[in-house]
Amino acid sequence: MSNFRIKGAGRLTPARTARFTFDGRIYTALEGDTVASALLANGVHLMGRSFKYHRPRGILTAGPEEPNALLDVSRDAARRQPNVRASVQDVFDGAIIRSQNRWPFLSFDIGAFNNLLSAFFPAGFYYKTFMWPREAWAKLYEPIIRRAAGLGVAPKEADPDHYANRFAHCDVLVAGAGAAGLAAALSAAKTGAEVILVDERAEVGGALLFDTATTIDGKPGYDWAQDVFQQLKAMPNVRVLTRTTVFGYYNHNFLGLVERVTDHLANPDPSLPRERLWQVRARKVVLATGAIERHMVFANNDRPGIMLASAARLYLNHYGVAVGSKVGVYTAHDSAYEAAIDLKRAGVDVVAIVDCRAKPGEAVVSAARSLGIEVLTGYSVIDTGGRLRISSMTVARNGSSNNRKIPVDALLMSGGWTPSVHLFSQSRGKLKFDAASERFLPDVHVQDCVSVGACNGTDDLNALLSEAAAAGGGEFSVSGEVAFAWTGGMIGAAEGAGKDKIVKAFVDFQHDVTAKDIRLAVREGMHSIEHIKRFTTNGMASDQGKLSNMHGLAIAAEMLGKEIPQVGLTTFRAPYTPVTYGTLIAHSRGDLFDPARKTPLHAELVKQGAEFEDVGNWKRAWYFPRRGEDMHAAVNRECRTAREVAGIFDASTLGKIEVVGPDAAKFLNLMYTNAWDNLKPGKCRYGIMTREDGFVYDDGVVGRLSEDRFHVTTTTGGAPRVLHHMEDYLQTEFPDLKVWLTSTTEQWAVIAVQGPKAREIIAPLVEGLDLSNEAFPHMSVAECTVMGVPARLFRVSFTGEIGFEVNVPADYGAAVWKAIWERGQALGACLYGTETMHVLRAEKGYIIVGQDTDGTVTPDDAGYGWAVSKKKTDFVGIRGLKRPDLMREGRKQLVGLLTTDPTEVLEEGGQIVENPNQVKPMTMLGHVTSAYWSENLGRSIAIGLVANGRARMGETLYVPMKDRTIAVEVTDMVFFDKEGGRIHG
Amino acid sequence: MLLIHCPYCGENRSELEFRWAGEAHIARPDTISAISDEEFAEYFFMRDNTKGIAWERWRHIHGCGRFFNAIRDTVSDKFLLTYKAGLPRQPVPGAEAVAEPSVASVVEGGAA
Amino acid sequence: MAELATRTLPLAGAYGGSATVQLQAARPAERISLRARAEAVEALSVALGLSLPTAPKTSATAGGRTALWLGPDEWLVIDEGDGGLMQAAAAASGAVHSATDVSHRNTAILVSGPGAANALNAGCPLDLSLKAFPVGACARTLFGKIEVVLLRTGTDAFRLECWRSFSDYAFGLLAEAARDAEA
Repeated sequence: MSNFRIKGAGRLTPARTARFTFDGRIYTALEGDTVASALLANGVHLMGRSFKYHRPRGILTAGPEEPNALLDVSRDAARRQPNVRASVQDVFDGAIIRSQNRWPFLSFDIGAFNNLLSAFFPAGFYYKTFMWPREAWAKLYEPIIRRAAGLGVAPKEADPDHYANRFAHCDVLVAGAGAAGLAAALSAAKTGAEVILVDERAEVGGALLFDTATTIDGKPGYDWAQDVFQQLKAMPNVRVLTRTTVFGYYNHNFLGLVERVTDHLANPDPSLPRERLWQVRARKVVLATGAIERHMVFANNDRPGIMLASAARLYLNHYGVAVGSKVGVYTAHDSAYEAAIDLKRAGVDVVAIVDCRAKPGEAVVSAARSLGIEVLTGYSVIDTGGRLRISSMTVARNGSSNNRKIPVDALLMSGGWTPSVHLFSQSRGKLKFDAASERFLPDVHVQDCVSVGACNGTDDLNALLSEAAAAGGGEFSVSGEVAFAWTGGMIGAAEGAGKDKIVKAFVDFQHDVTAKDIRLAVREGMHSIEHIKRFTTNGMASDQGKLSNMHGLAIAAEMLGKEIPQVGLTTFRAPYTPVTYGTLIAHSRGDLFDPARKTPLHAELVKQGAEFEDVGNWKRAWYFPRRGEDMHAAVNRECRTAREVAGIFDASTLGKIEVVGPDAAKFLNLMYTNAWDNLKPGKCRYGIMTREDGFVYDDGVVGRLSEDRFHVTTTTGGAPRVLHHMEDYLQTEFPDLKVWLTSTTEQWAVIAVQGPKAREIIAPLVEGLDLSNEAFPHMSVAECTVMGVPARLFRVSFTGEIGFEVNVPADYGAAVWKAIWERGQALGACLYGTETMHVLRAEKGYIIVGQDTDGTVTPDDAGYGWAVSKKKTDFVGIRGLKRPDLMREGRKQLVGLLTTDPTEVLEEGGQIVENPNQVKPMTMLGHVTSAYWSENLGRSIAIGLVANGRARMGETLYVPMKDRTIAVEVTDMVFFDKEGGRIHG
Repeated sequence: MLLIHCPYCGENRSELEFRWAGEAHIARPDTISAISDEEFAEYFFMRDNTKGIAWERWRHIHGCGRFFNAIRDTVSDKFLLTYKAGLPRQPVPGAEAVAEPSVASVVEGGAA
Repeated sequence: MAELATRTLPLAGAYGGSATVQLQAARPAERISLRARAEAVEALSVALGLSLPTAPKTSATAGGRTALWLGPDEWLVIDEGDGGLMQAAAAASGAVHSATDVSHRNTAILVSGPGAANALNAGCPLDLSLKAFPVGACARTLFGKIEVVLLRTGTDAFRLECWRSFSDYAFGLLAEAARDAEA
């Protein structure tokens, strides 16, 4: 195994090693290595296969922009993540790393056949090829495309790690801890401001990590950066987050950060979250996001061993790794010379610097030449050779057909630097194109933020430092010195990859988009850069324009014959780099996914064997099966017992609103269709609430406790929205009313006892109240004492039987429930759940708002026209009810439906028609809203909305099903105890 | 995520605590039962859905619970002004508004 | 006479916390939701024996009672002593108001320790720095997916009030967040 680690180079400690495997082979790394640097140190360049053509690919970059080296990294069987960028992932001892998108091996991949057929896979291939025949899409094309689509394999196991969330606030958030970010952060911190400084790398320094020739404050840049880092860390008003990416810049200076807490650790403390989401609100944001080096677009620019010059410099100067032993350089920018110089000084053979410019910076050229490096100006690399690694570069003078093949094992390239304006652009800032430097720069900042340094196009080090210090707002200045002032840069296709050339010159490595593909897109009629992007997939997915945007744009502009600013720029979208779902979800998993609301009686219900159903966030007892009973048998028994003896039901989830104040009745008059003035204290009334449009919004029993105090109940699901609706009218339409609303849903545990023996069950527990029919008839309410506890007792019924609802303060609910059940059990009563409740109320034709009504039903449609006051001059809905369509004949009305075959239970939602033999589409009269087996009646019952339903009593209608048609008779809605005597006892 | 100045709490709070409540300054007619179908449609159904400067209602539902009004640019999502419910439609703060009541003084002068 | 009902507290047996965050279910307390306009504040203050705070985000404590400003006409009054809040408020019958017993609707979790604010900020979007949220500050806000009322009782101590059925969620999220409250 070759070792490309150079003694004395880099900043890692040789003694501290870590072992990992890559595609099954064991390698040794140093602590602090990324997967990329560790593999390069071991001479491994081949790290992946490209997406479309399966071309062998190596590491291209040393940062988050890496498009090629996307690997599958795992810690154990359950902790595995695909598509990890090798340049970002730290090596940890025991890491298991695998390459992707290859079969059977990385070095021999069947899929690479695509490369030979690439002439048949141009941009837009899928759009055009899989159009016809239509039938083939679902069965043939889609499965094939799905198999080929996507990189990596998502883990199937549940993620055993946990993730954290933190909301934070600061005065100044600085994104990027390079020279500019550090200067800005220190400057801001010195003013006493609360500062958060964020950098995606493990160490601060940014470009100073590779640029060893720059000094700041008289020190090597890297040392200065670490000094500032230590200073900042010691300040109580500063938080420095490394290994943290600002992935999104949203409205009003709200930023999303992801901190990678344990991914670099061999044995992380299991109590630590794997990643932490920071949701930061900053008063001011300083963007110091730097710049990303561009590659050169030339033929076969994608072979393993070809990489960005700054990446090679970082691998050398920080990790102590030489990226090759015979290195060529191809550049349009002076910065690459410094990479060559550093490598040469480290003892690496730099065979030639090929500079496509006629006149590069004189200083860098003479420095390179003085070290004995051959510099070819006005030359280009027009092709490369090699299969799994570059073996040669073909060099030609610009415009000449003579060429020379030079053996190399690495080729560094630099097309110049693209300012990282992603976050600026996400903040909705406006960019402008600087024609002289051919780059987009921040122009108008629309949020309270400022761009400094390389991302702002500030090239001069001292200008950058003073700009950054000023942005921090403090009295702070620092100066530095660079080895060479850089010039140059180019965008678009280089020599030999122009319009007339049929070569593979990659613009977007990740998606295998070549210069030719972009030209094809233009020829096919895509004239907007947004269309070109979608047709070619250039700059999509994790690239988000980091490497590919400017080249793609320049090539498109050339084809279109337009200036770059006229072609425009595609949108930079969040996230800047991919963010795991785990981080975005953070704590919202398992029990914390959504609150499970349990009533005060829940533990008792569990003991008594309840099955539960979810109603909104509530867990409600559904039915109480006894040994050997299925749901059907349990519900039948509960229904029977409730009517023959009594049933006990947990009604605690019922929404409750206390309406208090001298104008309480006046307010309820406005909110309900009913009139409330004449309701005496101690009495209840069933109320219907409509929206302004006249449709039923909610219903419930309202009890008047005193002149100025009402106990309002709402449906379980309607409680929050009814309160919001009432507050809206009270605050904004009727603000003069002296009345206030308080949610008391959870103040009370509510135990409903219904049935002939209901009174007998509760009587011994109740004090201070005569429960007789005469003293406390149906629709009464009273404050009393139950088991020594202040209670509110309602004489109400949702079953048609004599019924009571015992309201006790929630903490006492369990004790009272136990006592009631003890008495009930002795008298032969049963517990029942929501299913039986539904059946019993349907037997009486009581509606459930939201089941029998759907937002298009008026009180009259529901058969509750009597609940709409004719005397009131105003209530919410009074005008809506007078709309012509709401008053017309023939509206759908709720009616009872009895199947001809009494054993047949209709399906809720079933459509109702008059003529089952009508040719489709049939005329639908309405639908079934509720349908049950009624054990008490020994037959099925149903409620449905039927056009002109009340005029159809006795008619036979039909419910067509998939396999049969069910005949039903239209009836009134009261199926049981039509006279209604039972309720009064 | 928006940062919204609640005129009752007197400070900026996260959008998470708020709920949008539609267009502002649509008063319910006093004689609603007597209005025509057209007037009812205008009141209940028709909304401007402005692109740009819009007067809208918000509720600090998970905070002080109050409804209030806001002038928001629906394109940039910038809040130009928030003010208490019950105040008349406020002018858009702009160049000429410098001499006019600022955000703070409008809020102070508001009716509860 | 029937036997007396016993109390079953939400969060009975709830357990959690970390080296930097202590979590404790608060003792049962009496609570009222008090609503009134400005003109009734004085009379109600006298009746309750404390000055109802009128500035946003503030609270007032006296004689075992704490009144939290929740809105311009809304207070949550908590009595950890002998109670009698409903009766006390009723004494101000001349001043138009609404007092509603919510003693059992709410329950509280006491969050304390150097990591308390961080643990709360796992789900609460408020700025909980001492500068923005000093001792005595209070607000209705969100904690994860639920609504809560937060009161800072000390530099490192908070009282989190939530509705009873949300208390398992609140405690669960706090217990998880407590593990990540150091940084």
